[in-house]
Amino acid sequence: MERARVPSDLTLRVKSLESLLVEKGLVDPAALDALIDTMEHKVGPRNGARVVARAWMDPAYKQRLLENAPAAIAELGYTSGQGEQTLVVENSAKVHNLVVCTLCSCYPWPVLGLPPVWYKSAPYRSRAVIDPRGILREFGTQLPEDVEVRVWDSTAELRYLVLPERPVGTETMNEEQLASLITRDAMVGVAKVTWPSSRGNA
Amino acid sequence: MNGAHDLGGRRDMGPLEYEKHEPVFHAPWEARIYALTRAMRAWGKWNLDADRHALERLPPADYLRMSYYERWFHRLARQVVEHGLVSKEEFDSGMAAPGSTKATPAMTLATFPHWLSRGIPSSEDPNVRPRFKVRQRVRARNVNPSGHTRLPRYARGKTGVIVRDHGVYLFPDSNAHAQGEKRQHVYSVRFAATELWGDDASRRDSVHLDLWDDYLERV
Repeated sequence: MERARVPSDLTLRVKSLESLLVEKGLVDPAALDALIDTMEHKVGPRNGARVVARAWMDPAYKQRLLENAPAAIAELGYTSGQGEQTLVVENSAKVHNLVVCTLCSCYPWPVLGLPPVWYKSAPYRSRAVIDPRGILREFGTQLPEDVEVRVWDSTAELRYLVLPERPVGTETMNEEQLASLITRDAMVGVAKVTWPSSRGNA
Repeated sequence: MNGAHDLGGRRDMGPLEYEKHEPVFHAPWEARIYALTRAMRAWGKWNLDADRHALERLPPADYLRMSYYERWFHRLARQVVEHGLVSKEEFDSGMAAPGSTKATPAMTLATFPHWLSRGIPSSEDPNVRPRFKVRQRVRARNVNPSGHTRLPRYARGKTGVIVRDHGVYLFPDSNAHAQGEKRQHVYSVRFAATELWGDDASRRDSVHLDLWDDYLERV
C-alpha cells in the first residue's frame, strides 16, 4: 500500500494527528473541546482585572492578595492550573514591575488566560531583561529615571501578576467601572492603567 | 542546554509586533494542538519539564523560525513517537496499525476538571532543608549542562541577594530526564541590572529570578 503523504499544511497535519490519536483511543475529542472552551471563555485578563479592581477598592483584600495571592484570587472564584504559585507585585510611584519568561512562555493562566504572541516572541523575551525601559517605551510607557524597574523573569514555577497603580480621577468609580479600565498589558507591566483611558490594549 | 530558547539578553531579535484585540487562538489548528498537548501529557509518559525540554531540542533555526504553536505540533509529534504511543508508520500514514488495540483516553470529558485544576508540585516539606537564607548573597553557578535547565545563561556567574524562599519544588534538570525529582528549595534572587549588564545599565533597576538550591553557591 502506498504510504499517504503527510500534508505540509498545519491545519491538515494537526487534523491528521488528532484523528489518529482519537482512532487509537488516546484522546477524547469532547475533553479537547472543553479545554479549548476554558481557555477561550473561562480564563482571561477580565479575571485579573476583577482581582485588581477589588484590591483597589478594598485595602483588606489587597493585603490578602499581596500576602497569599492564590487564596485571594480563589475568593473571586478563579482557580485552575498554572496559578497555584502566583505572586502579586505592586507598582507604586517609585517602583515599576515587569514580567517576562526568557526561557519559554510562563504566564499566570487563571488571571490572564493564555499569553499574547508578543509575550512569547523572541523580541520581548530577549530584551525585557536587558532593556526593560526600552521595551516600556515601545509600549508607549515612559518612566522617570528615578523610578526603579523590577523585572521578574518567571523561569521557575512561580507566576507573577502586576498590581498596577490606580489612576487619579477614578475615586468615584465602582469596582465594575474600575475593572473596565484595567488592561492585560498593565497586569504584565508593559503599560500603566490610564484615565481618561487610552483603550485598545485589550 | 545552551540553546536558541535561552533568549534573555540578546538584542538582535527585532522589534516587538503588537496585535490589538488579539484572539486567544489565531486558527482552529492552534487550539487543537494546544488541547492535544495537554490531553496527551495526561498519560504521564512525560512530565512538564520533559515537554519544555522537547521544545528546546528543536533545531535552533527551526525554533526561531516557527510560530509558537508550530513548535508545539513538532514537539507532540516527537513525544508520541519517542514514547511509543504512536509508531512512526502510524504517524506518517495518519492511520492506526491494523489490529492495534484501542486505549481509553487518559483525559476524558468527565476527568478533565481534575486535570485542569492540577497544579505544579510544590510543598513546604520541612524535611527538605534550605541551603540559603533570605538576605544572603549568592552566586548563580557557572554550569553549562547538556540537558534541561532553568538557569538562564545571562545569570550564570553573577551575584545576587535572596529576597524570598518559595518553598520546595522538583528540580527540572533531573526531572526532565526521568532522573528523579531531587526536591529542593527555590528562592527569588535579586540581581542588580549593573551586575548582569554592566555599568551602562540603570543603577536602580534589577532582575529577579527564581532559582533552585543546586543553581546557587555561597559568595
